[in-house]
Amino acid sequence: MQTETTEELAIEVRDLVKRYPRSKINAVDGISFSVRRGEIFGLLGPNGAGKTTTIGILTTSVLPTSGMVRIMGVDVVGDPIGVKQHISVVPQRSNLDQSLRAREILTFHAAYHGVPRAEREARAEALLKELGLEGRGHEKIRRYSGGMAQRLMLARALMHSPDVLFLDEPTNSLDPQSRLFLWDRIRAMHERGVTILLTTHDMEEAEQLCERIAIMDHGHILVLDTPDNLKKLVPGGTRLELRLRLPQKVEASRGDGAVSSDNLRALLEQLPGRPRVEELPADDGQEHHDIRSFRLYGEEAGELAVEAMRVVSASGAELRDLHVARPSLEDVFIFLTGRNLRS
Amino acid sequence: MSVETSIDAIFIEKGARERRPRNRLAMILVAFLAILRRDLVVTGREFIPFLIQVLLQPLFFLFIFGKVLPSIGAAQQSYASLLLPGIVGLTVVTTALQGVTLPLVLDLGFGREIDDRLLAPLPVSLVALEKILFAALRGLIAGAIIFPLAYWVLGSNYSVRTDAIGVIIGIMVLTALAGATLGLTIGTLVKPEQIGLMFALIFTPLIFTGCTYYPWSQLDGIRWFQVITLFNPLTYACEGLRYAMVPPVHGYTLPTLGIGWVLLGLGVTFVAFLGLGIYTFRRAVVS
Repeated sequence: MQTETTEELAIEVRDLVKRYPRSKINAVDGISFSVRRGEIFGLLGPNGAGKTTTIGILTTSVLPTSGMVRIMGVDVVGDPIGVKQHISVVPQRSNLDQSLRAREILTFHAAYHGVPRAEREARAEALLKELGLEGRGHEKIRRYSGGMAQRLMLARALMHSPDVLFLDEPTNSLDPQSRLFLWDRIRAMHERGVTILLTTHDMEEAEQLCERIAIMDHGHILVLDTPDNLKKLVPGGTRLELRLRLPQKVEASRGDGAVSSDNLRALLEQLPGRPRVEELPADDGQEHHDIRSFRLYGEEAGELAVEAMRVVSASGAELRDLHVARPSLEDVFIFLTGRNLRS
Repeated sequence: MSVETSIDAIFIEKGARERRPRNRLAMILVAFLAILRRDLVVTGREFIPFLIQVLLQPLFFLFIFGKVLPSIGAAQQSYASLLLPGIVGLTVVTTALQGVTLPLVLDLGFGREIDDRLLAPLPVSLVALEKILFAALRGLIAGAIIFPLAYWVLGSNYSVRTDAIGVIIGIMVLTALAGATLGLTIGTLVKPEQIGLMFALIFTPLIFTGCTYYPWSQLDGIRWFQVITLFNPLTYACEGLRYAMVPPVHGYTLPTLGIGWVLLGLGVTFVAFLGLGIYTFRRAVVS
């Protein structure tokens, strides 16, 4: 990756450290990465990993403690104004100007960036249309739903045709439909050659959108690669999830040697290839207490599934659900940190 | 697909724009003026509520203290003429100060509506400067409207020197700027949950120790209080306006704080809080 020349890079981060005043730890602890022009790059990690601080530094609202950041070849500390010309930011939480109407939010943003009047009117029109807000431009944004506000912030970000677009948790807390719509728009921006850096703690989002992903935790980048290569990090190739109901009478009458969840687990561990078996915590709610879920990690999912079904039915348990999954980024994260992303 | 084409045009046009070098200073000026225009548009849209908000209190003060009390013999007829400069000074200072403070406290606390302007291509200190200029303008407008209002409320008790209009305007401008810089400093230091406390601890003493309702020279008898008032910028504003506004009555000229002291007091306030306010503003927006 060192072969790329500086001119081809949209974002260049070297040994970046940020420690907030009166804090004992570094929020960002010596990270380095670069993003090519036109790339969609993801920072993935749990809340508090340092993603938002990193975006803050890259967008001039946070000063780095040490290290170097260049956006389109411009240093963020040396020339923040030069950087601001190139970038746009869609923050986590709405910061839309409540005193303005939706359309004015777009036109004033463009005016701040020196876009001429006729041009900004035309762009506002086109972007409201593109983001499904046609006919809502004259409303005060107090009436906007969360999804609409998010779309309007994306429209605002595009008004001055930025080279680099920063999206901080872009679809956090959106309904599935709005999320898909936004993903679609983000891909469309990518096709137009905009460099995009997004942060997320949503695996699916990172997998769906990003060409390369840096997984962050405690201010460090743990790994940085394409989604496919990251998934290869997890040993045991595939993952099998079983949900089953223990045979109640049998469990009650037969004592030991019966199919309790513990010895069922032992049976599963005996399967060919010796898969790693985890019992998942029971679901909350009105589920019967004799429902159990297991997760098996193995090399060959098909064979494992067949064998697992055989063992389960021989034990007298009732198979409720069987799910074969390719490893996800979530598995990568769990593998790297031993923790769940949302914990 | 016509939608796609027009969006694409934005990014195609951009290629052309990049080849056209833009002058850095011109770019900053354009951003600054656009931000100023945003404030003008927003205030213009709520101009009547703005006037009610800033003028209702001075109106009642003028009516009760300038009209009612003299009429029932609880104050001298001439009290109105020395009260009016105080009301003008108070209105200019509080309007300018609150024009920065209240929106800023809310914005930095949770609205973050200012972020879009902070990301505009200009130094963040100019975003602060724009707030000062605009709030000062609001203060001046409010202060100017007090004059016709007083003419209407006070009737025959209205008397203002007409030979020093230039001095009146100059002192009002300096007062508005000093009030706005004070507002910037307060606005960047106070947290949203402290707004109630801010009114009690800052505004109330500011209003009552600022020689608004009494002339400074007559505080001789309460020397310690006379000294305290000198720490309040409002004192210099009110005394300066008294100097330029109160006409001699029966050949007697009201003694006021010297105009040199007035200019010094307001000037020092403006410069000191301009520097301090921009420093605290930068710290609040760039962490």
